[in-house]
Amino acid sequence: MGTQTDLAVEAQGLVKIFGTNRAVNGVDLKVPKGAIYGVLGPNGAGKTTTIQMLATLLRPDGGSARVFGHDVVKEPHRVRQLIGVTGQYASVDETLSARENLFIFGRLLGLSRAQSRSRAQELLEEFDLSEAAKRPLKQFSGGMRRRLDLAASLISQPPLIFLDEPTTGLDPRTRAQMWNTIRHLVQTGSTVLLTTQYLDEADQLADRVAVIDRGQVVAEGTVDTLKSSIGSASLRLELADAADLDRALAIISGVLNTTAIERTPRGRLTVPLADAEQVADVLIGLRHAGIAITAMSVEKPTLDAVFLALTGHGANTEEVVLS
Amino acid sequence: MNITNSRGLSQSVRHSLTMAHRTLLKIRRTPEQLADVTFQPIVFTLMFTYIFGGAIAGNVSSYLPLIIPGLLVMTVITTSIQTGVQLREDMDTGVFNRFKALPIARIAPLAGALLADTVRYFIATTLTIAMGYLMGYRPHAGFGDVVLAGLLVIASAWAMSWIFAFFGVIARTASSVQGISMIILFPLTFLSNALVPSQTMPHWLQIFVKINPISHLVTAIRDLANTGSVNSNLAISLLGAAIVVLIFAPLTVRAYMRKA
Repeated sequence: MGTQTDLAVEAQGLVKIFGTNRAVNGVDLKVPKGAIYGVLGPNGAGKTTTIQMLATLLRPDGGSARVFGHDVVKEPHRVRQLIGVTGQYASVDETLSARENLFIFGRLLGLSRAQSRSRAQELLEEFDLSEAAKRPLKQFSGGMRRRLDLAASLISQPPLIFLDEPTTGLDPRTRAQMWNTIRHLVQTGSTVLLTTQYLDEADQLADRVAVIDRGQVVAEGTVDTLKSSIGSASLRLELADAADLDRALAIISGVLNTTAIERTPRGRLTVPLADAEQVADVLIGLRHAGIAITAMSVEKPTLDAVFLALTGHGANTEEVVLS
Repeated sequence: MNITNSRGLSQSVRHSLTMAHRTLLKIRRTPEQLADVTFQPIVFTLMFTYIFGGAIAGNVSSYLPLIIPGLLVMTVITTSIQTGVQLREDMDTGVFNRFKALPIARIAPLAGALLADTVRYFIATTLTIAMGYLMGYRPHAGFGDVVLAGLLVIASAWAMSWIFAFFGVIARTASSVQGISMIILFPLTFLSNALVPSQTMPHWLQIFVKINPISHLVTAIRDLANTGSVNSNLAISLLGAAIVVLIFAPLTVRAYMRKA
């Protein structure tokens, strides 16, 4: 493994332990240069911890990681010159204005006063932040702060940008804007590694995706391969009588030959389908058993479905799962 | 891009100055941060002078040469606790995550905060002396020596702020920083000759007051401002300040690096 590499990020067996909790438990990642790479997983899967290790914010307890060939533990200062990090919680100064924030970050990145000032102006315009240019950020919405956060990560146009759940909590319009910005970053030569809880976000943006669960990569590949691995759709059913739940589960798992069925105690079921035709088989099976349903829908795969298929449990741990 | 794995001294200094600039910007945005360095000097000076003046020195005007240098030391040194408290609060905000991921000298956020706080000491110093002047204090040594005395207090407070910065870095909450710091500072400032002459105290307390570095600082300031004399107390104060910095600066920096 020389320093010349086509990989922006190369992680092997990364481990981070908090107390008795192995938050990251042997994560391998290979992020090609110039790509948008998605790390997909539910809350608490270890996405943020992984990013923090790659961005030199946390020291790994095991394994190794390189950013453009530079070891994150041995050469942290080199790595920091190559990355921009935008966290889940906006890491900007809320008592300062947007302009002051950008100016200070520019100065810290080695720009002169004049350069910092003009770069701040450029970014304020580009990210539609002029409104917050002069007033302290705490007076503004989360979306505004998030945009500033991203702008601050782009002051020096780093070749690798980490985005930790860049659109969580944003309204749809701001979300779409953020997606465009991210696409633009890659067109201008950067590599982006983003984490997300949303399959559609990965679908929209990412060239490749790693699915993380309980600190481990459970699947890796293009979004299309991932989706096809879990079937094309999922069937949602609502039973008229929740008491029929166990019988219904037995019938469905018999018809589809799967145990990966999500259910709630009140009689709602989510079933992954290899193809939509199977809906009829399921419904006929239920009719024969005399089980009535009140609602039915067929949906495209969701992150929950991906999780169910890959890990045997839902993305939201509250959900009861048949296994 | 020119990529290195180390930072030069000039870069570290520049990063620290930028961080100090940031702290000053924050003060401008939230001027209420300066409440302690504005109200405390005014209120303390008025309060203590009129409470103790008659009892200790017979009248207020003959108490002023004793109390103003004493209060100057007490007020400004107490202000330096805020360095630790604010450092803790600052380190808990999200922006510190960004500082950690930036290619800047690790020491810069710490050094910047301590540097910017000298502005606070300057305000407290100026206000205490100005209050004294308004109440009739006329230091005999003249303007130049009073300025020197002020600088000595600011330098000492800066040195002391390393102790509180250390608590700021290792403590978990801002209020615990305040608590620990007060426990240390309260006896140091009150069990000194800052407010009263030590002659009436019990013998054992006099011993403590005599070795207390704060007493030496107070005496040094009094001598400097009232008579313009430079003596061993000044040397002891400077030496004490240097020792505090030599011990606590590396400790603080090490603790900070481990967390950063």
